[in-house]
Amino acid sequence: MLDTLIAGLLHGNVYALVAVGISLVFGVSNVVNFAHFSIFGLGSMLAWWFTVEFGWPFWVTIPAVLAITGALGFVINLTVVRPLARFLPIAALLATYAVSQILDNLSQFAFGPRVRPFPDILPTDDLQLGGLRIGTSDVAMFATTIVVMAVLGAYLKWGKSGRAIRATSQDPDAALQMGIPVGRIQHLSFIIASALGGLAGVFVALYTGTVSPTSGLTTGLTAFVAATLGGLGSMVGAVVGGFVLGVVEAFGIAWLGDGVRDIITFTILLLVLVIRPGGLFGRTPLISTEPLTGTFLGRGRPIRLRWWGIAIALVTGGVLVPLFADAYLLTVGTQVLVYAIIGAAFTVTTGQAGVIALGQAGPIALGAYASALLTTALGWPFWVALPAAGLIAAIIASVLSFPIWGVKGHYISIATLGIGIVIVALIRVAEPITRGAYGIYGIPAPSIGDLVLSAPLAYYLIDLAVLVVTLVIVRQLRRSHLGRVIASVGSDEIAALASGVRVRDYKALAFAISAFFAGVGGSLLAHQYTYIDPALFSIPMSLLVLTIVVLGGVNVPFGAVIGSLVLIGALEVLRVAPEIRVILYGLALILIVRFRPGGVWVRRA
Amino acid sequence: MSEIRNARRAPQEPTAAIAPGAADAAPVLDVRDLERRFAGLRAVDGVSFTVGRGEVVSIIGPNGSGKTTTLNLVTGVIPPHGGEIRLEGRRIDRLDPASIAEAGVARTFQNGRVFGALTVADNIEVGMHATLRAARPFRRLSRAFLLRWIPLLAELWLALVPTRAVRRERAAAADRVEAELGRFGQRLGPRRDDFAYTLSYANRRRTEIARALALGPTLLVLDEPTAGMNQSETAEVLEQLLELKAAGQTMLLVEHKLDLVMTVSDRVIVMDGGRIIAEGRPEDVRRDPAVVEAYLGRRREPYAGEGI
Repeated sequence: MLDTLIAGLLHGNVYALVAVGISLVFGVSNVVNFAHFSIFGLGSMLAWWFTVEFGWPFWVTIPAVLAITGALGFVINLTVVRPLARFLPIAALLATYAVSQILDNLSQFAFGPRVRPFPDILPTDDLQLGGLRIGTSDVAMFATTIVVMAVLGAYLKWGKSGRAIRATSQDPDAALQMGIPVGRIQHLSFIIASALGGLAGVFVALYTGTVSPTSGLTTGLTAFVAATLGGLGSMVGAVVGGFVLGVVEAFGIAWLGDGVRDIITFTILLLVLVIRPGGLFGRTPLISTEPLTGTFLGRGRPIRLRWWGIAIALVTGGVLVPLFADAYLLTVGTQVLVYAIIGAAFTVTTGQAGVIALGQAGPIALGAYASALLTTALGWPFWVALPAAGLIAAIIASVLSFPIWGVKGHYISIATLGIGIVIVALIRVAEPITRGAYGIYGIPAPSIGDLVLSAPLAYYLIDLAVLVVTLVIVRQLRRSHLGRVIASVGSDEIAALASGVRVRDYKALAFAISAFFAGVGGSLLAHQYTYIDPALFSIPMSLLVLTIVVLGGVNVPFGAVIGSLVLIGALEVLRVAPEIRVILYGLALILIVRFRPGGVWVRRA
Repeated sequence: MSEIRNARRAPQEPTAAIAPGAADAAPVLDVRDLERRFAGLRAVDGVSFTVGRGEVVSIIGPNGSGKTTTLNLVTGVIPPHGGEIRLEGRRIDRLDPASIAEAGVARTFQNGRVFGALTVADNIEVGMHATLRAARPFRRLSRAFLLRWIPLLAELWLALVPTRAVRRERAAAADRVEAELGRFGQRLGPRRDDFAYTLSYANRRRTEIARALALGPTLLVLDEPTAGMNQSETAEVLEQLLELKAAGQTMLLVEHKLDLVMTVSDRVIVMDGGRIIAEGRPEDVRRDPAVVEAYLGRRREPYAGEGI
C-alpha cells in the first residue's frame, strides 16, 4: 500500500516536471507541443551517453543535458512552432507531432533501439521509511523537484521575465502592446520547458535504472494527460495533475497489472475532457472564436480529374501495372493501394469534418484483428470477413470515441490519439482472444472455390477494386447533402449549429465512415501479411496515414492516392530503411503544413 | 427598469397592417426576464420583450450593452442563467442551437461566419438542413441517446443510394438555392461556385443571410448585417430587408447604423448595461432622453451593485 503510494509519487514527480513544461509552452504559444515528449526521452539517452559512454561525472552530465535539451527546445520553436502557430495552430500541432517522431527515430538511429541499464548514481535502497526501503536517490530527486518548482513558481511570480511569461500567457496581443517582446518570451518558455523535460528524462533514467530511445512518448503522453487534468496553461495544475496521475496509475497497475497503464491514462484523459475540459485549475472559453480547421481547409481548389484523367489512372493501375510489373512491384503496389483506401476515406474525417485524428492505426488494427479472428477462429471466408471487419472497426471505434465529439479545439485531436493507443492496448490485454503480443499466425489468403488467391497479382487486383469502390463511395458522399453538412462542420461549428446541424453527431458519423474503411484496409493488410501483432499498429502507422492525406490534401480523396504513391511507393522502390522512412514522413509533414497547407493535389487559390 | 418599457408597450398597428392573416395572438418570440452573467458581470439582466408576427424589432445600444449576448441567448449559442424564451408559445431556452434552428430560428453572425470549404451555393444548401424530410428519415430520434445512430445511418444510406423521394427533394432544394442566390443576384450570382473563403466581407454577409433564409425561418435573427459595409452596400441590404419585411418575414435585428434601424424597424429596443432602457416606435425612441444619455454620455453617478 505505502510502497505503491511512494512509487506513484516518484512517477508523479517525473510527470509533474514534464507536465509543467507542456503547460508553460501551451500557455504562451497556445500549442500542444508533442516534441516535448521526445525531448524528455532524449534527456534520458543523453544522460546515459554522457555518464556511461563518456564517463563524465554526474554533476557535469546534468547541466550538459539541460543545456542541450534547452537549446533543442529553442530550435524547435524557432523553426517549427513559431512560423506556424500564429496563423495555423492545428498545423503547429501536426508539426510538433512530426518533430517528435523525427527525434525519436534519430535517437534510435544514433543510440540503437536497445534498452540499456543506467548506473546507480546514488544508493537506491539505503533508507528506511516505515516498513519500506527507499533510496537516497529517490529522496534527492524529490527534493530537486520541490526546489525547482519553488524556484520556477517564484520566478513566474516575481521575476521580470517570469511576469512577462504570465502576461503573454493571458493575452499575447495585450502583452505585445505593453512592450513585452512576446517572441523572445516564447523562446524563453520553450527553453525552460525543454530543460525541465530533460531533467525529468534524467530522473526517469535514475528511477527505473534503464534507458531506451523510444521511452519518451508513453511517459510524455501520460504527462500530457497530467497537464490536461490540472488544466493546460496552469503551472500549479500541472504539478497537482502530475502527482495525482502518478498515484492513480500506481494503484491501478498494482491492482490490475501493467497492461492497463495506457487504458487508465487515457480513460482519465477522456473523463477530464468530457466532464471538465478546462481541467482542475483551468478555464474553457465559452465560444471558440477561431474556427480552428476552416483556415486549414481553405487553401486551394482540389484538382478535378476529368474523364481522360480517370481513364489514364484506371488504365495505368488496372492494365499496365498488372501486365508489366514484377512480383516485387506488385507487392509494393498492394501497400500503396491499401493505404490509399485508408487515406481516401480518412479525408472524410480530416478534411470534411475537420477533425485531425492522430490515432488512425487504432481502427486499422481493429479491422485487421477482426478479419484475422473471423477467418482463423470461425472459418469465415475472406469475402465476408472483409466488410465485417470494416463494420466491427467502425462500431468499436465509435463506441470508444463516443464521449469525445463534444470536445473543443485541439483536445479532440489528442483524444483521437488516445483512442488509437487505447485500442492497441485493449488488443494487447485481450489475450484470450487476440493472443496478445504473440500475434495471430496463419491468416488465410482469399480464395474463390478451390482457387487460392495468394499471388501478388491477385492481392493487387483485389485492393485496386476495393480502392475504386472506396473512391466512388467517398465521391458520392461528398456530392450529397450529407457530405456538405459534414463539410460545414469542419468549416465552422458554430455556424453549422445555427443552421440546425448537430455537429457532434456528424463528426461521429464521419469518424465511423473513416473507421469502416480503415478496418477494411486493416483486413486487407492482415490477409496479405498472414501474421499480425499489436506492435504493427504503432504510432508511426498513424503518422503515415495522416501524412498521406496531408500530402495529397486533407480534403481531397484522390490526393490520398498521390500521397500513398509518394510516401509508400517511392520510398519502398528507393529502398529507404524503415527508421529513415519515419524521419522522412515527419519531414514531409512539416514541409507540407509549412509551405503548402492545402496539399499537393490542389490548385492554389 | 420595467416602468419605461411597460409605459411604451403599445399595440402595434404596423404589425397588424403587414400581416393581416396572422390571426393568432401569441407573439412569435416572447422573452421574459432573461438573465446571463459572465463571471459576475450581468451581461443580460432581466430582459423582456416580444416580437410579433411579421414584425421587425431592432435592438440598439452602446457597445457592451448586451445586444449580441441577447441574440446568442435567443439562438441557444450560450445558455441563459434565468428567464424564459418562447417561440410561438413553445419554450426554447433549454434547447441546443440545432434544435432551436429546427424550431424555426435562423441567424447570422456579427463577423460573417460562412463555411469556407464550401461553395456559395453549397453554403446556402446547408442552410436547408433543418427543412429536409426525405433525406433525413427518423429525424425524431436524432436527439435520443444511441438511437440517434438510426437517423444518421439512414441519412448516410440515402446519401449513397437516393430514393426517388430524396431526388425530388434534392431538386426542390436546388431550386430554393437558386431562388436565394437570385435575391443577391448581382453580387452572389457570379460567385455561386466559388469557395466561400475567397469571398469579400460584404459577400460573406450576403451568403450568410441567404443561408439563414434558406431555412424558411419563422424568426430571422440578424446580428449587425451591415457591419463592415460601405454606404451603397448598406443601402442595398436595407432594400433587401424592406423586401423581406414586405413579404411578412419576422425579424430580430441588432444594428449600429441608426438610419437603417429607423427605416426598417416597427419597434426599437434600446439596451444599456444589460437592461432595456427604452422601447417603442423608432421616432419615439429617438427622442427618449434615456437613449440620448446612453449614446451621448451621462453625468457621473456612483454605481451601486454594479460590477464585480
